[in-house]
Order: sequence, then C-alpha cells, then structure tokens
Amino acid sequence: MDRELKKTPLNRIHRESGARMIEFGGWEMPVQYSSLVEEHRAVRERAGLFDVSHMGECRLTGPESASVVNRLITNDSSSMAVGQILYSPMCNEKGGTVDDLIVYRFGPEDFLLIINASNREKDLAWITKHTAGFDVTVCDESDRWGQLALQGPRSPFILEALGVLNPAELAFFTFRPARISGQEVIISRSGYTGEDGFEIYCSAEALCDLWTEILGAGSSEGLLPCGLGARDTLRFEAALPLYGNELDEDISPLEAGLATFVKLDGEDFIGREALGEQKKAGLTRKLVGLEMIGKGIPRHGYSLFDSEGREIGRVTTGYAAPTVGKRLALALVEAAYTEPGTKISVVIRNKQAEAEVCGKRFYRKKYKR
Amino acid sequence: MNIPGELKYTREHEWVKVEEDILTIGITDFAQKELGDIVYVELPETDEVLKREEAFSTIESVKTASDIFMPVSGTIVEVNEDLEDNSAYINEDPYGSWIVKVKVDDEAGLNELMSAEEYKEFCQKEEK
Repeated sequence: MDRELKKTPLNRIHRESGARMIEFGGWEMPVQYSSLVEEHRAVRERAGLFDVSHMGECRLTGPESASVVNRLITNDSSSMAVGQILYSPMCNEKGGTVDDLIVYRFGPEDFLLIINASNREKDLAWITKHTAGFDVTVCDESDRWGQLALQGPRSPFILEALGVLNPAELAFFTFRPARISGQEVIISRSGYTGEDGFEIYCSAEALCDLWTEILGAGSSEGLLPCGLGARDTLRFEAALPLYGNELDEDISPLEAGLATFVKLDGEDFIGREALGEQKKAGLTRKLVGLEMIGKGIPRHGYSLFDSEGREIGRVTTGYAAPTVGKRLALALVEAAYTEPGTKISVVIRNKQAEAEVCGKRFYRKKYKR
Repeated sequence: MNIPGELKYTREHEWVKVEEDILTIGITDFAQKELGDIVYVELPETDEVLKREEAFSTIESVKTASDIFMPVSGTIVEVNEDLEDNSAYINEDPYGSWIVKVKVDDEAGLNELMSAEEYKEFCQKEEK
C-alpha cells in the first residue's frame, strides 16, 4: 500500500481483522471485511459498524458564526436548535456544489461541520476564505475527532447494551452527549444507509477501544464490521448522493434533486443568485433513476444515448442492488429524457443495452422520524 | 486454495473438464475470491460459435466486471441457466457451478491448459 495514504487510528485493527484495504480520498480504508453483500444485508436486517473517521470536522465559533454558517450553506440553519443537526449542500457562486455536509449546532455560537474526506483541504480553504472579515473562529478539528456509524434496526438495542440511556428516544437528526465504556461521546440519530442508526463521535484516542467494545456488545445481535463497499451500495439504494458522483463543482443541488435543502427564499448564501436563475430558467438536466432492461450492470461514468445515438447523459452511480435485487442506476440526464418510462441506451463496455427511467426511491428508507 | 486434481486450468483462472471433444468450463476458487460477491453473470447463446480467447461470458461482482475467455475455438452447446438467478452459486461452489459446455472446433489451445500442479504454482506466483 502507498505509504503516503492517511490512516485512521483503526487502521491496524482493520488490517488484523483481514479487511481488504483500498485508497479513498487519500486515505487507506477498509472496503470490506467479509463479503460486500453480507455486510450490506447485515445493516438492512440487523446492524453494521463503520469506521468513518476519515471524514473532516470544521468548527466555527464566535458572535457571527451563525450568520456565517447560513451564508455558506444553501439550507436554512437560522432556526436550528442546540442539539439539532442539518444536512446541506455548500455551493460556489455558479451554483455548483463545493461539498455536501452536516451541521451540528453545539451552542448558540458553536457549530461543527462534518465534511467529506475527499474534500477536507478544499472545504477548509473555502470556509476560511469566505469567513474572512467576519467575527468567527474557524478551526480544523478533523484530527481530534473519531467517527463511527452504527446502522441498522438493532442499533438502538446495541447502544442500550452498552449502557447508553434510552437511545431509541433520541429524535431523528438530533444529538446528545453519552458515555460508552467510560468514554465521552456524542451520538446523533443519523446516517448514510437509509436505515435507523446512529453516528458516534469520540476523541481519536478513544476510537480503538470503542470499536472493540461496540463489536463485542453487538455480536449477539449479529453486528458486523462493514466497509466502504457496503456503505456505497447501502446509500445508493436509498438514493443518497455521493460527492464526486451525484454532486460536484459543476452539478447543482437542484439538478441532483436536492431542492428541499436549497432555501432560495431565505437569507442570502453563496450561489443563491445562480441557483435562483437556474430554477427560473428550468433545469436542463436532472438526476433520475434507471432500471436495466438489457444485459449488464450500469456503472459510474457510463454514457447514455437516445434512440438516435445522441449522447444525453451519464451514469453517476450504478449497481446490482443487493436488497432491491435489480440492476439500477442514478443518472444525470437531459431534461427531455427524465419522464419515468423513457427508454434510454446505456453503453456497457462497448455494447448498447436498454434501460428505463424510473423513480429514485429504490428502497424505502426506515428512518425513525 | 481449492484446486481439484482431475481438472485442467487456464491462465485466466478458469477450470476446464475435458471429455472427448466437450469442454465444461467454470471459474476457479482463486477467481471467485478475487471477484468477491458475484451479482450477475452474462451468458452466451447456445450454438454461438466463438474463437479462442474471445470472451464468452462476463461475470460481474459488486465492484467490477470480469470477462471469461474461450480456451479454444468452439461452439457453445449448453449454458448453465441456473446462474441467471443464482449468480452467488459460483462463490459458494466454484467447481460445482459450470458456466458453459463447449464443443471443440479447433484443438489449438488444449495443450496449453495447465494441470492442477502447474496451476497451483501459477497462483503462487500471481499472489507475490
């Protein structure tokens, strides 16, 4: 493995468990421990534990932190209570997406932004640039925090077995402090799998103990350690976007179907004007679901064509979906071809195969709202 | 690593059972481990005529697709249709999950098949 890759504190434990390691966003991460499909199924049916410590954490504090956060993101954070979390895209002036992130409100003037591992440096530079001159302190806390995701229907029971008080009562998209095996942690009712679950934040030093404790407590529930492979198939079935696939600097959140998280009528934010114009003019392309009719599996980057052989879009993510049991894709396609039932050609390794536009709700999410 | 002694092997990690001019072909334990969970198998049509080294099937795992190649020029006489809905059988039982049966049209390539011993050495070199 490349020596320059960054490693989370759990790296040795992953290797010793026999995990297959890959490079992701400059990090050496486990892609699977046992089998991708087994890990995916474990999360849907029981529970899975993910090391997501490679994600970045950016802390904003100070008198103008609230208004600065609201300026950076497209969603409206002004009415966030302390203890609440919020999902939002963060856009550039053209309305393209710099990153998608989660905001944790720690205090009236205290916010933690959870940013994608692949965008750590970019986001920090962007946030620093766009907060200059405001009364706010920006701090890269990425190395301080460890992060684990415990996901699946049995996850509240596993937390209970670990001594966490009434985890099932933690409301969706809120967080609170807790203690797990004597370690101070923060748990939020959130995740990236479409299942009920929790994200657990701890100090980097506490990670190894916590990982081992949680796996131990969860073994009677059938908890499995899960890698980035299952993480991607799970979020794909739930039609959750992955930055770099469904979102990037040239794809707007409106094109990606995230209009709910873009508050054009609220306070000003970076990209608001461009997004407002895009909405007014009508989207020229949109993210849709595709179901294969012909042979093969549609994969990221594959080109899409109309019946005249004109290129009309591309696959952003595609898989033989393990739970749904179909060969599916998310695809960015010209607006004229986005009606459900529209037939499109996918080129799969130099051969044309037919696919049909369908809704993105491949898998019905099981969030506890 | 499971490598049955009575079969022959190719450098592309296929196993071949030779019975007169009919070859039964599948992929080895080494191959199915490399691929991981197999989620889709694209099969040829019966009576399809293919040349040596042409791809007769594609096996897709969650993350990748792998072409499977003809060890000889021949005609497809039977395909294992069970694999259409049960691609995971190949992971569970690689030597019990044949993919195609081929009638040999040109013997060139048959003598390049490896014995179990030769394949074992070949795999050991690949792993380094």
